[in-house]
Amino acid sequence: MRAFSTYLIGLIFGIGIVISGMGNPAKVLNFFDVAGTWDPSLGFVMGGALIVAAIGYQLAFRRKAPIYQPNFIVPTSNVIDRKLVFGSATFGVGWGLAGFCPGAALPVLGAGDPDVYIFFGAMVAGIFAARGLMKINVNRQIQSTVTNN
Amino acid sequence: MITEFTPWASLIGGGLIGLASALLMVFQGRIFGATGILAGFIAPASSSDWSWRALLLAGMVSGPLAYYLVAGNMPEIQTPVSRTMLIIGGVIVGIGVTFGSGCTSGHGVCGMARFSRRSFVATLTFMITTGITVYVVRHLIGA
Repeated sequence: MRAFSTYLIGLIFGIGIVISGMGNPAKVLNFFDVAGTWDPSLGFVMGGALIVAAIGYQLAFRRKAPIYQPNFIVPTSNVIDRKLVFGSATFGVGWGLAGFCPGAALPVLGAGDPDVYIFFGAMVAGIFAARGLMKINVNRQIQSTVTNN
Repeated sequence: MITEFTPWASLIGGGLIGLASALLMVFQGRIFGATGILAGFIAPASSSDWSWRALLLAGMVSGPLAYYLVAGNMPEIQTPVSRTMLIIGGVIVGIGVTFGSGCTSGHGVCGMARFSRRSFVATLTFMITTGITVYVVRHLIGA
C-alpha cells in the first residue's frame, strides 16, 4: 500500500506534466517568447500547481508527521547566497536553450522520444560535473582553513 | 513554431502537479523536487532512502502511457531546437539545478507554495534568465 501510494503520486505528477504541456518544449519556449509566438499556457500550469500545492501544504502541515515517515523533511535555510543565484540563473539559460526542465523531462522519458533521452543524458552529465566542482571547492576551502591555522 | 493556447488543460495539468506535490508531503514528508529526487536516485545516501525515489520515478515515467491509454494518442512533444542545443542546454541545466539546489518543481512549485524566501529568489532568477535566453536565441541571433 505504501509502495503503491508513492508510485501513484509519481503517476499523478507525470500525467499532470503531459496534460499541462510542460513536457512539450515548443510550448514552454513559447511562454517565454512574448516578442514572438507567445503562448501563455505555462502561466496557467504554474498558477494551478501553486494554488493546489499551497493549500495542500497548509493541510499537510496540520499533521504532526507524514503518514509513512517519522517527520517532515523540509529545507530550513533562508540564506540567499551566490550559489543559489548563480545556479538558478544558469539553470534558466539551459532551460531557455533546450526547453526541457528536469521535472518535465523525467515523465517524458516514458514517451519514447529520442530528443528527451539526449537532453536527459546531458543533464545527468551536468549534475555530475557540478558535484565534482563542488567537491573540489569544498576541499580547497578545507585546505585554506588548514593553512590559515 | 506556433503552439495552441490551452488554458484549461494547462490549469488542470498544473493542478495535478500541485496535488502530487501536496500528497508527497502528506505521505512521505518530502518536497517534490525533480532535481533532488533524481540526484538521490542516482547517488543514494542510503538504501532506505532509495526505494521511494525509484517508485516515484517509475510513476512519473508511466505518465505518458497512462495519457495514451485514455486519450488514444501519445502527448505532443515538439523540440524546436537542434540536438546540439539539447545537449548544451542539458549540461547547463544539470549544472544549474545542482548549484541552485532545485528547479521549476522544487523551487517554482514546492518552495513557493511553502513561502520559502530562497525559492522566490531562485524562481524569479531563472524565469528572468530563461526569458533573456529565449529572446537572445530567437530575436537577436535568430533574427
